[in-house]
Amino acid sequence: MWSLFARDIRLSIRAGGGALTGVIFFLAVIATIPFGVGPDLKLLARIGPAILWIGALLACLLGLDRLFQADREDGSLDLLVLGNDRQMLALTVLVKCLAHWAGSVLPLVIAAPLLGLFMNMEPVAIGATALTLLVGTPAITFIGAAGAAVAVALPRGGLLISVLVLPLTIPVLIFGVSASYGATADPDPFLQPFLILAALTLFLAVLGPVSAALALRHGTD
Amino acid sequence: MRLIAENLGGERGGETVFSGLGFALEDGQALVVTGPNGSGKSTLLRIIAGLLPKAEGQLRIEGGGDDFPSIAAACHYLGHQNAMKPALSVAENLRFWRDFNGGGDSSVEDALETVGLAGIGHLPFGYLSTGQRRRAAIAKLLVSPRPLWLLDEPTAGLDKASEERFAGLMTRHCAGGGMIVAATHLPLGLEGAKELRMGQAS
Repeated sequence: MWSLFARDIRLSIRAGGGALTGVIFFLAVIATIPFGVGPDLKLLARIGPAILWIGALLACLLGLDRLFQADREDGSLDLLVLGNDRQMLALTVLVKCLAHWAGSVLPLVIAAPLLGLFMNMEPVAIGATALTLLVGTPAITFIGAAGAAVAVALPRGGLLISVLVLPLTIPVLIFGVSASYGATADPDPFLQPFLILAALTLFLAVLGPVSAALALRHGTD
Repeated sequence: MRLIAENLGGERGGETVFSGLGFALEDGQALVVTGPNGSGKSTLLRIIAGLLPKAEGQLRIEGGGDDFPSIAAACHYLGHQNAMKPALSVAENLRFWRDFNGGGDSSVEDALETVGLAGIGHLPFGYLSTGQRRRAAIAKLLVSPRPLWLLDEPTAGLDKASEERFAGLMTRHCAGGGMIVAATHLPLGLEGAKELRMGQAS
């Protein structure tokens, strides 16, 4: 299993991998917001956490379609499915998700504090947003894996995956953003939405790979 | 170990491709599946591997023990695609499949030498020619031991010398008690192999 993780990380770093695509997209989205909203620093600081979360969410969705499609195109997916008796397919999917997260989503989380400065956010708000992104983005990858598995056989599946996955990620977005706000706005709680966010991630870490494995199992042709 | 198929039927997109097909393979035997395009050779191989559901009939493996409880666990499937990543080096690709499939400590370098690719393990897989890619994919069969090889057009793109080398590999696999089911248009040079002729495409 470690070898699969190492292989996917290596692929995401090497030429043609998508490690940087997401970060550049994230940067582009966040950098254009201040121009669109105008130089109202208070307003920027207020919408900052939400914009960071939305940008990260969209950047996450960007690379998801390649999660299984690349393996399908070169025939690796058949062999991963056939390995089910030795390496449970759901576990294989989980490892692929973790590698995808570490390879293409973790850079977003690392870039988020820097982009928070663009939004004139306070240090506490930046820290809280980065923390919620760190805890919440794996959930997006896990949901996305199920979508990617369903759409793996479609030649232009990327859009379909986004449409399938986006509604399911709304709870993650809501709790992520409200926990980020909770850290700065005084009456709002931080811990409760943050714990629900963590619970969502853990829950989806099971549900996502299992349903993705089911879809892949029946999707071979 | 025995691989048994009885009254097997396969379909593609709701159309029956073949039906009523049966064979039995024992240790050390090979089955060569021939037939015109569209007669269902690849479909048959994918059904045996369990990648496609069978439309009817029975398919089972006997005597696999704990190591190989199902056909999927006992087989190597070499399809049309090579299942190797162009961005990784040949040795990295092979090492990954060895670790994933559980090949123990079999040597990647030895496998490459066996298929005649010694010394190019460090090259990215994407730099190789078609025939070299196929040989690297064949080396994948060698790094983790499996009793049953399911080969779909294994010699596509190979030159004469490589074909002969591969025939030797298959003969050795059978002599060691392995089984082979190969779909092909070209003669594979397997002595004493059973032949299964698939019917005309309807």
